[in-house]
Amino acid sequence: MSESISPDVTVDSRGAACPGPLMDLIGKVQDADPGTVIELQTSDSGSKGDVPEWVEEAGHELLDTVEHDDYWSLYVEKTE
Amino acid sequence: MTERIVIVGGGTGGTVLANRLAERLEPELETDDVEIVLVNDGEKQFYKPAYLYIPFGKKEVSEATKPIPDLIPRTVDFRVDRVERIDTDRKQVTLASGGGLAYDHLVVATGSNLVPEETPGLVEGGHHFYGPEGAEALREELVEFREGHIVLSVIGVPHMCPAAPVEFTLMVDDWLRKRGLREDVEITYTYPIQRAHGLQSIADWVTPIFEERDINLETFFNVQEVDPDTQTLETMEGKSLEYDLLVGIPPHDGSDLVREAGLGDDGWVAVDQHTLEAEHAEDVYAVGDAADIPTSKAGSVAHYAAGTVADRISSRVRDQQPVTTFDGKTVCFIETGMDEATFVSFDYGSEPTMREPSKPIHWSKLGYNESYWLTARGLI
Repeated sequence: MSESISPDVTVDSRGAACPGPLMDLIGKVQDADPGTVIELQTSDSGSKGDVPEWVEEAGHELLDTVEHDDYWSLYVEKTE
Repeated sequence: MTERIVIVGGGTGGTVLANRLAERLEPELETDDVEIVLVNDGEKQFYKPAYLYIPFGKKEVSEATKPIPDLIPRTVDFRVDRVERIDTDRKQVTLASGGGLAYDHLVVATGSNLVPEETPGLVEGGHHFYGPEGAEALREELVEFREGHIVLSVIGVPHMCPAAPVEFTLMVDDWLRKRGLREDVEITYTYPIQRAHGLQSIADWVTPIFEERDINLETFFNVQEVDPDTQTLETMEGKSLEYDLLVGIPPHDGSDLVREAGLGDDGWVAVDQHTLEAEHAEDVYAVGDAADIPTSKAGSVAHYAAGTVADRISSRVRDQQPVTTFDGKTVCFIETGMDEATFVSFDYGSEPTMREPSKPIHWSKLGYNESYWLTARGLI
């Protein structure tokens, strides 16, 4: 599925410790227009839990999570 | 030929670094083989942790300030000026007073800037204690506050002194209890992520304390807008919260100087977290809040990082391979009321161990606040 996702914005939070990646994502979502797809790149495994939790809380959509060799890509679409 | 080290910024990181460099490079300074220039856009340094006490009438702004020349040795060339541009290709900075200043080694220590205007309504509707005027204005509000809802909202992350919002919340609770007003005041603390603090151990420690003291905790609370007329916070998560007194930790920003120099997209200098050397330029370092490293924006980090950079630059000056690296050492006192405190210490990747709060630790914090100026002078 991830092969077909083309993010509008990529946030590289690799190397940042929790909660850096989530806060980086929140900042981008705040500035983005509805419909924007954001790829969050994170090497912090905690992001796999706290990012989906916040995305659900805030009513956005987690499109996919892709595991790479040493980081994860989480694709989030901002809703209205 | 004289090798020139230029330090931009005269906060904790800048003055500790100037002192440490002057000490390590004393022979080279005596023979004019090295020159240390510290540039700051004002004559004074401000000890920001003291601002926490101003709203409670426990400190005055004047106690949190000293002239920078009193904090550095005479061998350091101190200039009150503003660096307007950094050209890392030509290795020179442009000064507001005119002209350029070439460097062999450059250290960016420009700190954090408050940008409350980034959150609509926050300037009009909120108070804070992160600057002298803000802390004094909050004192005037707090002393008159008898009943209603105080909301401490962490709006901007990252922010300086990561423990300060928790400290303020616990202090205001205790302060109101001691004044016999607590029963008429509701207190709420809000934080952007799913727990009370970025550090898991601090979150785990403070959450039951909030419960014991009847302090409401709101998590996943990212303030999008403040309505000063209805005194309401609106969040990205669709929540609303009414307040009578809002203490909002404002968003912080790095520096346009850093962005325009190509040193870091977000205004913080992208550095190797162990060497503190810039990723996008040669012979450029960053210390303190200006450095984009995965730990707190705290004075202790600036202090310890400055020691690392002093060692590394001194080695380079002597054509030696630098050995010293920074492990992310961070030390923070945490006030848990008006007369008790605890403290934490940790480094990259480690979580602090929480200690039982006590009066002696509170006194130690007050003592350190007085002796801070010895740190700024590189003595402790």
